[in-house]
Amino acid sequence: MQKLVEWIDARLPVVTAFEKHMSKYYAPKNFNVWYFFGSLSLLVLVNQLVTGIWLTMSYNPSAEGAFASVEYIMRDVEYGWLLRYLHSTGASAFFIVVYLHMFRGLMYGSYRKPRELVWIFGMTIYLCLMAEAFMGYLLPWGQMSYWGAQVIVNLFGAIPGIGEDLALWIRGDYLISGITLNRFFALHVVALPIVLLALVVLHLLALHEVGSNNPDGIEIKKHKDAKGIPLDGIPFHPYYTVHDLVAVVVFLFVFCAVVFFMPEMGGFFMERPNFEPANPLKTPEHIAPVWYFTPFYAMLRAVTVNLLGLPAKFWGVVVMGAAIAILFVLPWLDRSPVKSIRYKGWISKLALALFVISFLTLGYLGAIPSTPGRTALAQVTTAIYFAYFILMPWFSKIDKTKPVPERVTG
Amino acid sequence: MKRLITYVLAILLPVVCHAAGGGVPLDHMKPDLHDKESLQRGVALYTNYCMGCHSLQYSRYERIAHDLGIPNSVYEENLIFGDAKIGELMHIAMPAADAKNWFGNPPPDLTLEGRLRGADWLYTYLRGFYVDESRPYGVNNSVFKDVGMPHVLAGLQGLCAHAPAAGVEKKVDPISGRIISSGGCEEYAKQGSLSKAQYDEVIYDLVNFMVYVAEPSRVDSERIGTYVLLFLAFLSIFVYFLNREYWKDVH
Repeated sequence: MQKLVEWIDARLPVVTAFEKHMSKYYAPKNFNVWYFFGSLSLLVLVNQLVTGIWLTMSYNPSAEGAFASVEYIMRDVEYGWLLRYLHSTGASAFFIVVYLHMFRGLMYGSYRKPRELVWIFGMTIYLCLMAEAFMGYLLPWGQMSYWGAQVIVNLFGAIPGIGEDLALWIRGDYLISGITLNRFFALHVVALPIVLLALVVLHLLALHEVGSNNPDGIEIKKHKDAKGIPLDGIPFHPYYTVHDLVAVVVFLFVFCAVVFFMPEMGGFFMERPNFEPANPLKTPEHIAPVWYFTPFYAMLRAVTVNLLGLPAKFWGVVVMGAAIAILFVLPWLDRSPVKSIRYKGWISKLALALFVISFLTLGYLGAIPSTPGRTALAQVTTAIYFAYFILMPWFSKIDKTKPVPERVTG
Repeated sequence: MKRLITYVLAILLPVVCHAAGGGVPLDHMKPDLHDKESLQRGVALYTNYCMGCHSLQYSRYERIAHDLGIPNSVYEENLIFGDAKIGELMHIAMPAADAKNWFGNPPPDLTLEGRLRGADWLYTYLRGFYVDESRPYGVNNSVFKDVGMPHVLAGLQGLCAHAPAAGVEKKVDPISGRIISSGGCEEYAKQGSLSKAQYDEVIYDLVNFMVYVAEPSRVDSERIGTYVLLFLAFLSIFVYFLNREYWKDVH
């Protein structure tokens, strides 16, 4: 065994790579529960890839055969139901862990210098994940798949001048059809997974170059021992591998409880209208995107005024795009002298709390039919969402901070 | 940890709220997929009363026979009409074009109806027909207004004179203890062969079967899931102590 490793290592730097990223990657020793969600998203990614490959073996990407092939997987393929539920629950689980992972970054300032690129790659992963989820959702070819895609692709039509042609180009047809299904299938199973994997590698490489942040938001590299090892650092392997293993088992327990006992999750992980085949002639009563898109959908619907001669729908799309785009520049908006929420003042804490509440409220509003009262609430929460970022350069600067410790605290 | 739990609950909140929503009030029905006798009566009923018009095109005869504990030969003799083989998908002979002429819309395939509409809806719908001479087939439905479907089970239920009330609490006269109103059909325009309670049982079996056929893997899934969760619970003890062993010297 030793010889084999030596033979390979003389030709490929496997030992160096393992040391650089695992056994000699020094992570701060004060990680708390919020630091589990990075490795958990990797676990979910692997789950999606593996179950996805097996689903592809029996899935038929045509308008005539897609719906029936999914039911074939559910009934005639050995353990096909399990593969499908792992994949469908995995999609929602992916967003849960990624949202918690991003929230961790917001709390502890993980996007601050020198980790701007880590954050930007992470945001690009999130964007890519949204595209991946959106296209994957069309594949079962149910009513909600069809009309969800119809509504979202039509949004591009709101762009002045090129809109209609752009939407036509995306669909490849005048309405969502088998042609759209085929190209979404290609993008979902080949193109986007490749991009996603490349981005994950970049995200990790950039992280391992600068080192992990921690709940105190201080740089552990400031204090090193004689050998150049951070005093507050600990080798990722074996310490964090065994640590993450506990999280993996707990996560799998919850995940499997959903997969085996309630894969529909009350209509939120799998929507009821999707048990009816796509029908271009029959619009469902209430079209709602899957839960992970609902905050942005609520923002889209919150814009109700025509402006500068352009329709409200267009401005809704702009707001929705801006809501995601603004996250990319976050590293340059935060001007606080400290990184972690632990040492920030009450203004930053209140701002973060309001931001989280408005995001959750928007998520709820996007899932239910709108009424004038709800639209007003969506407008207020959208304003708070943007205010959090736009006012950040100001409130993060004037906010009274607490002194930051030199070394990490528990 | 507490904050984590709060956060997770906050995410799940919309799930709970969503589940509580709904339109028409419905009677509640709790399917029991382990009650094979009920499911067997259900498939017999479905085959005899529903399958003339409504296919189960994603399901195979053999799968149902196997899952419900019906020997293939018995199933073939009694529940397959025409020359279909037991391994085939459960298609019907009615041409869709004719069906459109007869009913306005071809009767839909019902394989997934149990998941699309849910047990409560089906249970209420099938007990919700009443006389309405303005409709082509002389009946209307309290759950599905102006439905194109005739009341196929009228021979069993009879014909209800007025729209049956659904989702109502049983009202009992506090003095005599008599039931004043129990929801459902209160007055019949034409008597059927079954009593009200018997008809409810028949519909229970039918809906139970439809819920089964919409997701035949449910029972398997819960059986395997129980072992998976037990294994993970067991494994968690080991990973917990493994982690503690490694971290005991880290300060």
